[in-house]
Amino acid sequence: MSILVIADHHDGQLTGTTANVVAAATAIGGDIDVLVAGEGVAGVAEQAATLAGVTRVRVADNAVYAHQLAENISALVVALVGDYSHVLSGASTTAKNFMPRVAALKDVAQISEIIAVESADTFRRPIYAGNAIATVKSDDVLKVITVRATGFDPVARDGQAAIEAVDVVENAGVSSFVNETLAESERPELGAAKVVISGGRGMGNGENFALLDGIADKLGAAIGASRAAVDAGFVPNDMQVGQTGKIVAPDLYIAVGISGAIQHLAGMKDSKVIVAINKDEDAPIFQVADYGLVGDLFEVLPQLEAKL
Amino acid sequence: MKVLVAVKRVIDYNVKIRVKADQSDVDLTNVKMAMNPFCEIAVEEAVRLKEKGVATEVIAVSIGPKASQEQLRTALALGADRAIQVLTDDPVDSLAVAKLLAKVVEEEQPGLVILGKQSIDADNNQTGQMLAALTGMGQGTFASEVVVDGESVNVTREIDGGLQTVKLSLPAVVTTDLRLNEPRYAKLPDIMKAKKKPLDVKTPEELGVSTASKVTLVKVAPPAERQGGIKVGSVDELVDKLKNEAKVIS
Ligand SMILES: Cc1cc2nc3c(=O)[nH]c(=O)nc-3n(C[C@H](O)[C@H](O)[C@H](O)COP(=O)(O)OP(=O)(O)OC[C@H]3O[C@@H](n4cnc5c(N)ncnc54)[C@H](O)[C@@H]3O)c2cc1C
Ligand SMILES: Nc1ncnc2c1ncn2[C@@H]1O[C@H](COP(=O)(O)O)[C@@H](O)[C@H]1O
Repeated sequence: MSILVIADHHDGQLTGTTANVVAAATAIGGDIDVLVAGEGVAGVAEQAATLAGVTRVRVADNAVYAHQLAENISALVVALVGDYSHVLSGASTTAKNFMPRVAALKDVAQISEIIAVESADTFRRPIYAGNAIATVKSDDVLKVITVRATGFDPVARDGQAAIEAVDVVENAGVSSFVNETLAESERPELGAAKVVISGGRGMGNGENFALLDGIADKLGAAIGASRAAVDAGFVPNDMQVGQTGKIVAPDLYIAVGISGAIQHLAGMKDSKVIVAINKDEDAPIFQVADYGLVGDLFEVLPQLEAKL
Repeated sequence: MKVLVAVKRVIDYNVKIRVKADQSDVDLTNVKMAMNPFCEIAVEEAVRLKEKGVATEVIAVSIGPKASQEQLRTALALGADRAIQVLTDDPVDSLAVAKLLAKVVEEEQPGLVILGKQSIDADNNQTGQMLAALTGMGQGTFASEVVVDGESVNVTREIDGGLQTVKLSLPAVVTTDLRLNEPRYAKLPDIMKAKKKPLDVKTPEELGVSTASKVTLVKVAPPAERQGGIKVGSVDELVDKLKNEAKVIS
């Protein structure tokens, strides 16, 4: 067996999740290669080469891969997939965009967001917003899989894989990049943070999210939000935690003014410790909270910041 | 330009599912079903394109059992002009759905195909991308804005770090994210009118597509339950517990 892991990177940095994906590949077993596709990604390749268990890093460095356009990346992966038995990537929005395209071009199914490997062909994945866990077995010759990072502990960074250039240039010519607006933040990435504090509709407006800042500073936390808070325009979409937003599993998750709809729980209920702050003592969020504090967030948050 | 929208019948998003005792699947007997929320957004977007004069006809397609005609009727009530059902009682995976949709695309030649980004039952997030691959079209997934401009479409996509806009030549595939629009409700007169709109029924055999899947569902289990926690009486008590009991802050 041999596995191709497609690296996730951003701004010249390998994102943390690739180490979790390599862990999933290690659980499957076999030789592991990593593909780094992008423009000006030599540094990313070097970072990927340190991931424990990786044999070879293959680098496709070309302008056509600059913005990770699904049409071009999927064509590249299809060109390289050869004898690999598995293609794996994280469940970033980038991978969710191109991986199903790879699967369809190879006429195989995709298994989305696995959280556990039972064997080389059998995997577990959440369905129905995580309210059920399906075990699925694939008899496809090539298994195309996205991996939910929270299901696997990252591999160490003490490896020394060989780095090889790949000179395949695939330009489908049906799509082009126009522009991008990326949120700038000094805070840790939501998916990687050890502590996440999220605000919901109860925050009232966008300005009030500042109440979370001081606490996040003290705890080194990332700030998240419920969909209601995003929809109401309090905060940008990339902060949404949940079934259809980001999936997080930090050591500590603090939900403030969030009721606990199943779609929100789907994104955070695997956190180690959950704290809920809500003025409604019957809010469903308390059913998953290890520590619940019934109270008005406008009183509780300043006190909490002062006590930390 | 014709716009094709794919709508899926799924469990109502408010229902909390239960796993069958024999762990063979989730239990859907007597459970309220509805149109997948992302498909509602897809229908809304298509109807708005027609209202703006960009689309000339909106065609809703659903693959599934007889009962999924309910969701097609809903799409017709919301403003779709006609509907196509691909009737099958077999479970169909995303690849099979994409192959069936590709056949419908071949027959109908739409300028734009709009799907939801994800079905809330399978949580696959695959079908639109697969359809785009099979038809060689460009794809604008997780769309929060769709602007058709002559021979191309600009799609603003919700990505992990923020927003990205791509330009696709038409025909193209778009999948909807939650903030693309706010779907309208169907009005009673429109629901009545929808009953008279055309609804064609085809089968996978007629379309020449096999729905057999190489992936088998071995087992469905409930997720690990969280142990119920406690309520604390004050911020002091909370901080103390986090420091000394849970040891997650120092
Ligand atoms: C297809 C689909 C996908 C979805 N995906 C997601 C998703 O990924 N993530 C997500 O979060 N949601 C998602 N949702 C939405 C979800 O169903 C809920 O609507 C949403 O999570 C509610 O957000 P909320 O808890 O902030 O708001 P509400 O449910 O309105 O809760 C606000 C809470 O704040 C409390 N509160 C108000 N004022 C105060 C105060 N002063 N002090 C303390 N507490 C206060 C209230 O008691 C209440 O419990 C999705 C929905 C659909 C249909
Ligand atoms: N059986 C189906 N019939 C019609 N459309 C479907 C079907 N399954 C999936 N889709 C479409 O594909 C989208 C994404 O579904 P999925 O890839 O299963 O998460 C849905 O929102 C629908 O638009």
